[in-house]
Amino acid sequence: MGASYIPFIVFTTLWAIVGIVLPFVVPKGPNRGIIQVVLMLTAATCWLFWLCCYMAQMNPLIGPKLDRHTIMILAKEWGNSPITLAK
Amino acid sequence: MGAMFRSEEMVLAQLFIQPEAAYPSMSELGELGTVQFRDLNEDVNSFQRKFVNEVRRCDEMERKLRYIEAEVKKDSVPIPDVQELPKAPNPREIIDLEAHLEKTEGEIKELSESAVNMKSNYLELTELRQVLEKTQTFFVEHEETNGMDSVHRALIPEDTHNVSIRGRLGFVAGVVNRERVPAFERMLWRISRGNVFLRQAEIDKPLEDPATGNEMHKTVFVAFFQGEQLKSRIKKVCIGFHASLYPCPSSISERDEMLKGVKSRLEDLNLVLNQTEDHRQRVLISVARELQNWSVMVRKMKAIYHTMNFFNMDVTKKCLIGECWVPVKDISVVQKALTDGSNSCGSSIPSFLNVISTTENPPTFNRTNKFTRGFQNLIDSYGVASYRECNPALYTIITFPFLFAIMFGDLGHGLVLLIFGAYMCGFEKKLSAKKTDNEIWNIFFAGRYIILLMGIFSIYTGFFYNDVFSKSMNIFGSTWTEDIKSYNWTTVEMNEAMELNPTTDASAIPYPVGLDPVWQLAKNKIIFLNSYKMKLSIIFGVLHMIFGVCMSVINFVHFKKISSIFLEFLPQILFLICLFAWMVVMMFLKWVFYTAQGTDVKFGTSCAPSVLIFFINMMLFKENDAPKGCDVYMFDFQPILQKILVFIALLCIPIMLLGKPIFVMISRKFSKKHCHSNGDINQGMELQPEVVEEPKQLEGHNEHEEEPMGEIFIHQAIHTIEYVLSTVSHTASYLRLWALSLAHAQLSEVLWNMVLKMGLSDPSFVGSIKLYIVFAFWSVLTLGVLVMMEGLSAFLHTLRLHWVEFMSKFYAGLGYPFQPFSFKIILEEDDNEED
Repeated sequence: MGASYIPFIVFTTLWAIVGIVLPFVVPKGPNRGIIQVVLMLTAATCWLFWLCCYMAQMNPLIGPKLDRHTIMILAKEWGNSPITLAK
Repeated sequence: MGAMFRSEEMVLAQLFIQPEAAYPSMSELGELGTVQFRDLNEDVNSFQRKFVNEVRRCDEMERKLRYIEAEVKKDSVPIPDVQELPKAPNPREIIDLEAHLEKTEGEIKELSESAVNMKSNYLELTELRQVLEKTQTFFVEHEETNGMDSVHRALIPEDTHNVSIRGRLGFVAGVVNRERVPAFERMLWRISRGNVFLRQAEIDKPLEDPATGNEMHKTVFVAFFQGEQLKSRIKKVCIGFHASLYPCPSSISERDEMLKGVKSRLEDLNLVLNQTEDHRQRVLISVARELQNWSVMVRKMKAIYHTMNFFNMDVTKKCLIGECWVPVKDISVVQKALTDGSNSCGSSIPSFLNVISTTENPPTFNRTNKFTRGFQNLIDSYGVASYRECNPALYTIITFPFLFAIMFGDLGHGLVLLIFGAYMCGFEKKLSAKKTDNEIWNIFFAGRYIILLMGIFSIYTGFFYNDVFSKSMNIFGSTWTEDIKSYNWTTVEMNEAMELNPTTDASAIPYPVGLDPVWQLAKNKIIFLNSYKMKLSIIFGVLHMIFGVCMSVINFVHFKKISSIFLEFLPQILFLICLFAWMVVMMFLKWVFYTAQGTDVKFGTSCAPSVLIFFINMMLFKENDAPKGCDVYMFDFQPILQKILVFIALLCIPIMLLGKPIFVMISRKFSKKHCHSNGDINQGMELQPEVVEEPKQLEGHNEHEEEPMGEIFIHQAIHTIEYVLSTVSHTASYLRLWALSLAHAQLSEVLWNMVLKMGLSDPSFVGSIKLYIVFAFWSVLTLGVLVMMEGLSAFLHTLRLHWVEFMSKFYAGLGYPFQPFSFKIILEEDDNEED
């Protein structure tokens, strides 16, 4: 399984706080119920959205098909070392 | 529960009000705006109602106000806007107001009339003066020809006889419209057979017509003729052409005198006219200040009397009775308003409110604030919720912007939306004070909180789709390029394009937040995105639908239809879960099990099955084919599990189809059995568990009760077929989330590559000018096509998803909205009508 646990923990706790802890802290008033529902729904949908995005990339079945110039620039800018002629 | 969970509880209340206290009480209630009155005199003609005279008085006052307003507007006197709206006037104030209005109206009318008179006088005098001045020249020449001037005068005065024989010409002088002069000339020629001599001179300055205020160009003419008959004919022609004739003396001295007199009279008249103008201005300005206040007061008065016409007079003629719908929460407020009303007029007997029970359907009232009103409107546009039904608007606050954002996901465009929404919400006080007619702006402004939320969520999803105006951000380091150095130069040089190998080139950890930025640069990006976004759409779609079906439980519990929970909700949710939630689970399993990095070929990339094919084969009870070396199924007991799921789902269909009607049948039988304890009509008919044959015999007996049995069966059959088919079609319908987001991303990319790239490709100084122009095009197209058009399109699709796919699972929507007696609403409606 290609996944590290840190993003899982971070995001799940973040949205858990928003969706489960915060609704208890909402001040009393006529709109208390509305704010609670808003918080819970936001947390649920946003967490699920992150989860789907993460899980879709966890075990990729295909790789990106890159143009050769792009590969060279990527190697230089994003990669650890550029692809040199010497190799 | 929360404010918007379901519509408020309403009761039907009877108000007993003393007649003297009726007017102030109604005024208080109108300011509150929390009761909806019912018309108790529906069959009474509007001319026979109790307060018809008062309504007539109000109409009269309104007419006077309109007249005054028209006069004020004619003179372009500015009408200052009134800040705080006044309350309805009490009866003493009404009389004062009426008197004041009448006085003002009379005054203005008088001023206008006298102004008209004076102006026509002025016109006549001006014309006379012009006649006198212009005809000066004519008479001089005339005298020359007659030999009357000093040079040619004979030294010996000739006797009068000869003079008369010479034939002195008579004349008429007057003024005629310039356009009619040629026709006038021709007519004079015709009637006189050429024996009339016409001299004319144009008046340079145009004159003002007193009645209409238009400017007219006129011509002075003098017609010379001989003989009395011609004179009368000429006069008739002048009358026909609306030419005004003026007595013009022939001798110079008389003319000079007349001219002097006319000039002085003109000056006096001018003075008087100016003074009248000033007086009129003063009156209008002083009235204009009060105009708004008065019109508001009169409208409120009219509304009060109109509503009081709904009331009934008590038998003892001692009090008025009215019926109204009141929200239960507001009963105390209404009572306070009634006591305030009776106190203000010093009535000794208090008015009171009496709640009556009724079987009628109350109106649906959702208390909204400025934030929730937009979302409630979205739902009400489809249909007003039935009384005390679960209100979907509460969830729409988040699900609507979220589903919109899935389709619109672009950080840059989301930012534009956010700025627009924040501008409208931040300046809402100023913007709402400006009343405009622009429908489009009003619609956008009414939905400002929706737009704000859509912007926020679009930024969120845009961040995850890693799409900023079609470019990606690399914040956390792309995980596909760390090992790219394993490629050597020749490999890269030889191949036009290379596909990175997920086994070796991807690091173990995926990009933590959102899509990896390398995908934006990839040629096969769409294949990956399609798989991801389609799965995403189905996951959210199925969850949204399950949420919708679960809402029906809340309705069943509230309306105490417990049986429906087992006979309708349970089979519906099982059907949905067994088939479509299983598909969602399969998607998650595919994401977890199949990897390029494991050693097991069976769970490698080449063996990854298609979830859709799995689903279809499951429904058709077919076996999957798998390529060599791969397992047919994802895990061992999958085939058995799938068969069980399909079996359960198929079992749910007859329960949905027959469960509720059979239950209704049995319960009717039970209640009938209780009713007829003796002398059973259905003698010998026992309650049997097998009731399939019975319904036809019972049908006739039950006809007089609610619905006939046959109709219930048919309704349920339609429901079931609709539900079963809709699960499939609605699930597929959620794929529009994928389709629109794909379209948006592609449009954005095309715009960048075809438009902005042209400006960015030239590094010289000329290039910077090119970039300036190209950026203008690019931004106009971005705002017009991508934000506006795509935004509206995504809005519409999200609305459809809510109305059809979500709300059809539980919503009845058969209520009618609560329309309270509220001055605020009445005044707003009047304003809109006027505009």
